[in-house]
Amino acid sequence: MNPILEFLTRKKGHKRLGLSDVLSYIYLLLGVVIMFGPVLWLLLSSFKTPLEIAKFPPRLFPYRQETVAVEGYEEELPLFITTLEDGSTRELAQVRRVGLVAQMIDPLDPETIIKVPIDQREPIEKISFDLENYITGASRFNFGRYLFNSVVVTIAATLLTLLINSMAAFALSKYKFKGRQTIFLTMISTLMVPISVVLVPIFLVVTRVGLNNSLLGIIIPVAATPTGVFLLRQYMLTIPNELMDSARIDGASEWRIFSQIILPLSKPALATLTIFSIMWRWNDFLWPLIVNSHSELFTLQVGLASFQGELNIQWNLILAMTVLTLLPITIVFAFLQRYITTGIATTGLK
Amino acid sequence: MKKTFKTRGFFERSAKWITNSIVSVTDLVFGSLQKLIGVKGMPYFFVMPNLLIFGIFILYPVLLNFVYAFTGGTSFFPDQRPFVGTANFDRLFACDSILQPNTCTEDLFWRSVHNTIFFVIFQVSLMVLFSLITAIVLNRKIKFRGFFRSVFFYPCLLSPIVVALIWKWILQDNGLLNGIITSLGYSRFPFLVNATWARFWVIIVSVWASMGFYTLIILAGLQSIPADLYEAASMDGANGWKAFTKITFPLLMPTMLVVIVLSLIRAVQVFEITYAFTGGGPGTATLYLVQFIYNYGFSSPNKQYGVAAAASLLMAGVLVVLTLSQLAARREETY
Repeated sequence: MNPILEFLTRKKGHKRLGLSDVLSYIYLLLGVVIMFGPVLWLLLSSFKTPLEIAKFPPRLFPYRQETVAVEGYEEELPLFITTLEDGSTRELAQVRRVGLVAQMIDPLDPETIIKVPIDQREPIEKISFDLENYITGASRFNFGRYLFNSVVVTIAATLLTLLINSMAAFALSKYKFKGRQTIFLTMISTLMVPISVVLVPIFLVVTRVGLNNSLLGIIIPVAATPTGVFLLRQYMLTIPNELMDSARIDGASEWRIFSQIILPLSKPALATLTIFSIMWRWNDFLWPLIVNSHSELFTLQVGLASFQGELNIQWNLILAMTVLTLLPITIVFAFLQRYITTGIATTGLK
Repeated sequence: MKKTFKTRGFFERSAKWITNSIVSVTDLVFGSLQKLIGVKGMPYFFVMPNLLIFGIFILYPVLLNFVYAFTGGTSFFPDQRPFVGTANFDRLFACDSILQPNTCTEDLFWRSVHNTIFFVIFQVSLMVLFSLITAIVLNRKIKFRGFFRSVFFYPCLLSPIVVALIWKWILQDNGLLNGIITSLGYSRFPFLVNATWARFWVIIVSVWASMGFYTLIILAGLQSIPADLYEAASMDGANGWKAFTKITFPLLMPTMLVVIVLSLIRAVQVFEITYAFTGGGPGTATLYLVQFIYNYGFSSPNKQYGVAAAASLLMAGVLVVLTLSQLAARREETY
């Protein structure tokens, strides 16, 4: 075997990489390109100028034409590599363009104007991660407001979900009371009926209660998640009842048993529900879209959707705002990814 | 747990102090409540907040949906809607043949049903196939497994709007994919303009956006298979493919069943991604059931709440069947 290949495929324990290992790594690397490439492409594109955005075929990196400040001109002038009549090339700045002829000057000698046919020059470009799209976009896209709404909704709804779901799960798993089975089965039967199927009646109810056009309208109606109750109940069933009995003998109230014994023991399931709830609420789209029609109540997702409709494919701004929208959850994920992926894998289903 | 920093101890102590004081204060309130209603009453207290919100915002609307489905007119308020019996359902089923949507009064409904069936079959198969392969690969002795696992899961975190915009940007006429294709010497493809291509990409994008979740579930299923089974099999000379078909496959079956039913349920409900990605187009090529319901109830000028509700009841029926089979699959998994 080729010694270089042998070196590259060497593995701990002196066993070489087999064919299936190589195939596995190829599959995974391809997976990285497919799963992460589109997001990376979005990020790179979000720095491009409108001119660069319209270019076909597109280039990987965001290029920007170099400019130079010249005495006597208010704005910076774009730089070109220009081929002159005698065949020599010079770095010149363009003053203006008249038809097929460009008037160029040497930045060091701004007095003499050199006339050059436009096909005799190439723009000088550099890779530039300019924040222009973000700044212009942010002036028309109320990012701060939408972010605030999204954060408030996500945190409030998640806290509310954790509290009421765990209370209900506690009652359904640790007590025998009249109606328990009925309540549990009713909740489970709606587990998979999506909100989108009963949109009209839910909207009617929310309007009647007066929660439309308020952030509470996105927080409260979705808080009683059947999935959460189910997940927590299944977990609490595994906690031995003897713990509760001995606490009762010590004179603890039922609320104290719930908050100081059951809740701390349910941490893994609560953590999983927290992750789920944050994902659900952060990415909710349809419900916030219907409940709130005032733009100051938009969440990031609704804001982004309406921004896209408003601007009608001004891609450079849309891309920049899309990056801003996915940034917060990406940062959270980057820090907590190990807990999130293992949490979903271990308790997500059982 | 090792305590590396002194500050950590401080944070832990103050967090404990805060939770303790919250518990003490709430216990003062709810402890006296217990004296009032007795231990027997406490489970009702615990279940009440969740039950109230559930009842008002989920159960009651589900029941109201029946009222809408059996009443007519254009009024939004149930008490102003005349009872029409099964007229809304009859309208949906008014067809020469339900296999040919253009012979139906509500041709859009049947078009969306056909589209949804097509979507569900291909999306679920691809999803299950790719999550299974990915999970098997990730279950091998792989370096950077945590990293790869996170990368495959990452798209699940993105909202439907973000997913749609990312892929629109790649697939548009002057997009990255067409750029690569033309640089290879072919001409551009009308990815989002041609009906067949649009259907294809809706499936691919929705698989891309959610396969990480199912990969994690299958991976957990694979890791719960005891390693000594493989050791024993290997002593008996069963390796590789044989071990896979005789050990992995049968032991993974319950997990796969849950994954299949779960992804079926989610596929039938497909809406937000296509709404933002293709808007149901071109024409009605990617109009799916939930969007049909949404269009009829919310965005069409003459709001046909009755027809929308009838359609959603039919769909809920399908979902209940799928859910029940999922619960059965779960039970099978535990026993």
